[in-house]
Amino acid sequence: MTALVEVQDLAKVFDVSAPWLNRVIERKPRLFVHAVDGVSFSIERGKTLALVGESGCGKSTVARLLVGLYQPTRGTVRFDGQATGAARDPGELRLLRRRMQMIFQDPYASLNPRWKVLDIVGEPLREHALVNPSKGGAGEMRDRVAALLQSVGLAAADTEKFPHQFSGGQRQRISIARALATQPEFLVCDEPTSALDVSVQAQVLNIMKDLQRKQGLTYLFISHNLAVVRHVADQVGVMYLGRLVELADKADLFAKARHPYTRMLLDAIPDIHMSGRRRTPVQGEVPNPLSPPAGCAFHPRCPNANARCSAERPALKTFAGIQVACHAVEEGRI
Amino acid sequence: MVAPLLEVRHLRVEFPTRRGTLLALDDISFEIAPGEVLGIVGESGAGKSLTGAAIIGLLDPPGRIAGGEIRLEGQRIDNLPYEQMRAIRGRKIGAIFQDPLTSLNPLYTIGRQLTETIQTHLPVSAEQARQRAIRLLQETGIPAAEQRIDQYPHQFSGGMRQRVVIALALAAEPKLIVADEPTTALDVSIQAQIISLLKRLCREHGAAVMLVTHDMGVIAETCDRVAVLYAGRVAEMGPVADVIHRPQHPYTAGLMGSIPAMDEDRERLLQIDGSMPRLNAIPNGCAFNPRCPKVMGRCRVERPDLMDAGATRAACWLVEAQSVVV
Repeated sequence: MTALVEVQDLAKVFDVSAPWLNRVIERKPRLFVHAVDGVSFSIERGKTLALVGESGCGKSTVARLLVGLYQPTRGTVRFDGQATGAARDPGELRLLRRRMQMIFQDPYASLNPRWKVLDIVGEPLREHALVNPSKGGAGEMRDRVAALLQSVGLAAADTEKFPHQFSGGQRQRISIARALATQPEFLVCDEPTSALDVSVQAQVLNIMKDLQRKQGLTYLFISHNLAVVRHVADQVGVMYLGRLVELADKADLFAKARHPYTRMLLDAIPDIHMSGRRRTPVQGEVPNPLSPPAGCAFHPRCPNANARCSAERPALKTFAGIQVACHAVEEGRI
Repeated sequence: MVAPLLEVRHLRVEFPTRRGTLLALDDISFEIAPGEVLGIVGESGAGKSLTGAAIIGLLDPPGRIAGGEIRLEGQRIDNLPYEQMRAIRGRKIGAIFQDPLTSLNPLYTIGRQLTETIQTHLPVSAEQARQRAIRLLQETGIPAAEQRIDQYPHQFSGGMRQRVVIALALAAEPKLIVADEPTTALDVSIQAQIISLLKRLCREHGAAVMLVTHDMGVIAETCDRVAVLYAGRVAEMGPVADVIHRPQHPYTAGLMGSIPAMDEDRERLLQIDGSMPRLNAIPNGCAFNPRCPKVMGRCRVERPDLMDAGATRAACWLVEAQSVVV
């Protein structure tokens, strides 16, 4: 089994400085946000890697870097052995893009309200010249789109409707159909169910799992909901302030999470079955990403922090099959 | 049995539109005892926020209460003139809304907003009000409250803002807090902090809470009783443990099954096909019948009322059918 997607030391720095004039007159400094700071992982073909973390941890930036919506500041993304940054030739890039697609969070914002579903789902087909509607391909286009809609549980007749005629869950299915139009191998899903109600979320998650089984899709699944992640993922990466703090197989992560931040996240999930488990809400909040703490970014909130944690940044190391970036774990303190 | 703090009887809320009147809440009845935490759960469009808005008298026009009554400590509050309702809102009913950024005024310091609320409702001097505001901020866990009281909302993080909103809601010692999705806009780790804070403060201040949320997990951890809303009607109501572990209404059962669980593995989630009907197309009979896996002929024509179903009350003909068999 080879990795379909390999990410090495990926980093993205955003320049959020004040405008030049303000910097000169008000002596404001240049400011940079290290949204993603040295993230490495790989995803095997047909598997799902989930990235979890709280807002501002950089998980969506990773998603956008992978599909090429952002250019990385540092590091490489290899897709099926080929570095995506190196594909300078437009034809090569186009081919690469056909093989990876993205599903966005908000199905109300990601579909053009003035386009019919036929045009929305058909756009990738047109764009990649898989079907040419102007040269007698209109019938084929209709058939292809209808088949795509049926594969996500919508009706063929829906091609003539506009997005506002659908509910949130149905719209997200349209997004999935559009993402599947070019028969990609790799789907990047950025919080695909966060805007949906739970019963509808279940429908969408079921469809995504069915499609993965049938078509052998590979997913990068971004979410802040650990219960959802536990349901869909094979591997889970936990991010905090732009860095991976823990990366493990799903079973290991949920059974024996090592990093204090992961434990805290697991602890914060409301207990629906009221087993009487005592929750210890961790104090504090995510620090400002403009001035992250020195050393381990989590140390101000960490119950196990010591002097080393506030000075030295821990690297991801493997302990019993789990990759953890934590001095306390390394020193055997927890 | 103590007299209920809040009684809602047969509440109907309508929205007159050009294309006819939409019935957004239909025959909602429940009560909240003093100090009790009642959860109102449902999916978007079920009418849970509207229920909250109707109680605090903040229905957006053209929405209006078309029937039924709301009583607070025995006194009707649904037909009060605006000024009288204003005196009750804040004094007897506190409100917490979803987005702490929009429920605080960005142009005033949080101290000014807190003291304004306190002085509107309580006969205290400006200095006493300020002391009280600082104490409230300390209670809600805001560090260095003496300094931060003079800061503006934008200087607070999301979780801290929601703490300020909770302090505001508790400022005049209300008997009832209506909390509409108080944690939805927050990150999970902050959610846990806010929920435990809300629980603790309401217990300490003896305030009852009506907690409106779509998150069953939050309900399970916080509430004494829960009402499950579907398409503007109560589908099921009862003690939290019973509703969650032994749901009697097929909608509640489906809702619970569709939540990914942390302690069991399932290849597929239980799903409820279809989606909630729009207000202009609520089906005859039971509103859930087109999506119900156990639908019977009667469900399509006759609407079930809440009936006793074990420990809970469910609006479902199955309950009656089962009790006949038993």
